[in-house]
Amino acid sequence: MAFVALGQGSSKTVEPTRSSRVAFVLLAPGVIYLGLFFLTPLFSLIITSLKTASMTGEIGMYDYGLEFGNYAYAVSQYGPQILRSFVYAIIATVMALLISYPIAYFIGVKARNKPVLQALLLTLVIAPFFISFLLRTLAWKQIFSNESPVTQVLQALTLLPADQNIIGTDFAVIFGLTYNFIPFMTLPIYTSLERLDLRLVEAGSDLYASPAKTFWRITLPLSMPGVISGTLLTFIPISGDYVSASRDFLGDSDTSMLGNVVEATYLRMQDYPTASALSVMLMAAIVIIVSTYVRRAGTEDLL
Amino acid sequence: MKLSLGKWLLPSYVAFAFIFMMIPIAYTFVFSFNETEKSNIAWKRFTFENWLNVCDQQEVCNAFGNSIAIAVIATLVATVLGTAIAIALGRYKFKGRGATNLLLFLPMATPEVVMGAGLAAQFLNVGIGKGFWTIVIGHIMFTLSFVVVTVKARVATLDPRLEEAGKDLYGSPASVFWRITFPLLLPGIMAAAMLAFALSFDDFIITQFNAGAETTFPKFIYTAAARGIPPEANVLGSAVFFVAIAIVLIVQLRSSLKARRLAKK
Repeated sequence: MAFVALGQGSSKTVEPTRSSRVAFVLLAPGVIYLGLFFLTPLFSLIITSLKTASMTGEIGMYDYGLEFGNYAYAVSQYGPQILRSFVYAIIATVMALLISYPIAYFIGVKARNKPVLQALLLTLVIAPFFISFLLRTLAWKQIFSNESPVTQVLQALTLLPADQNIIGTDFAVIFGLTYNFIPFMTLPIYTSLERLDLRLVEAGSDLYASPAKTFWRITLPLSMPGVISGTLLTFIPISGDYVSASRDFLGDSDTSMLGNVVEATYLRMQDYPTASALSVMLMAAIVIIVSTYVRRAGTEDLL
Repeated sequence: MKLSLGKWLLPSYVAFAFIFMMIPIAYTFVFSFNETEKSNIAWKRFTFENWLNVCDQQEVCNAFGNSIAIAVIATLVATVLGTAIAIALGRYKFKGRGATNLLLFLPMATPEVVMGAGLAAQFLNVGIGKGFWTIVIGHIMFTLSFVVVTVKARVATLDPRLEEAGKDLYGSPASVFWRITFPLLLPGIMAAAMLAFALSFDDFIITQFNAGAETTFPKFIYTAAARGIPPEANVLGSAVFFVAIAIVLIVQLRSSLKARRLAKK
């Protein structure tokens, strides 16, 4: 939900004017807090991922160690789920981008001179955030359940084979993921398009560029910061999500994602080393992806 | 003809998209009025019963109360810590600015399941039992960066000359802060607090990893999903939705009307 952040982060920074020890007093508590409860936990994950099974043989008991085999085990055991997470995340992110861009364009460009309409539409974009995403996902589950009129109509129209479920399929999970993260995509793109100088677009058409060409050569490149932020804000949470893919929600046992495996291994099987190894790998993948992005966009822009 | 089609294509698409976005919300709301015996899946009969006696389902109400308490504490702490960092970043020069920015950016770029499992692994390694306060600790951690970013944007729009004027008029640093800086930052701080509250209230993944036996509203829904959630959960979810929408609409309309007034001048 960095949308508010990204939405306001546009304004230019005033050059810091004073230099002082006060800064450290202001910074220290928060920075120490993040050190204790964000950074050290990441190290705890790495340490835990290298633990070995306890000699006592008790479930959930592990000794400190350097068992790199935990990583090989995690990959060999849960390879399909790891792969599936990234495939789902990529498809859902692309879908969210395709759905969100026109919405963002309408609010940011077409509704620019109608502040009340713009405010209303923005409120509608963030409206889903105000009702628990678990409730929304459950609502989709019931709308697409076998007994629901929606499924029955689709089957009557033979758009869906009579013995085919919707819930529990790849489609349902990707649908749920896409739906849940559309606002995360729309808001940063809106922020970019809001600032788009329309004179540039006019200049394009004055120079006899077709609307399509103006879009590809002017509008889209100028909205890239928003597209990049939106893509990250969508891709990252989706890659670790386990609600949509859960069998109690839109998924089934063969739609499990990385998050589902971490949840199951950590909380149910108490296999902390495997869960930690999987989390460390996910984090490493995200760091690589984000730093490639950041190298292009710059951190100040993302913050 | 082609022109008019082009003209209507985008607005109708947007209208459809918004209807699509609202479907699950409407569904949740409608089914909060369903008379249910065992499950709230098929529609039976309209009733106000669920709204009038929400706390008949003790479990839901307790979970809801927990969520509110956790969100209030986490919001207060995160807002204070985050505002201090935002002021430092926006107003002071210091070494390690890049590192600080990175430390603040990282939690926003980390999947929740990693933060949740990491914190849980840390509590396990140190030997701290999970419960109410471990959830609070997790929520302060992941909302902090969002507070910083939101308040920092406000600090950036602040005219430093106002504070200088305060100093020139012999205001002490404390009175300059409380009489000038703080009131000007207040809208940003309020927005940050609201965001932190919403994030904390709706969080599920970090909560699940650090809750132990403690329940929150989202955790209750997740656990109950297998056997079907009671309509009282729909009632509470819908109620929160309407309160939040009302607040946001008022804030948004006020600020856009203000912008319009300024534009006219």
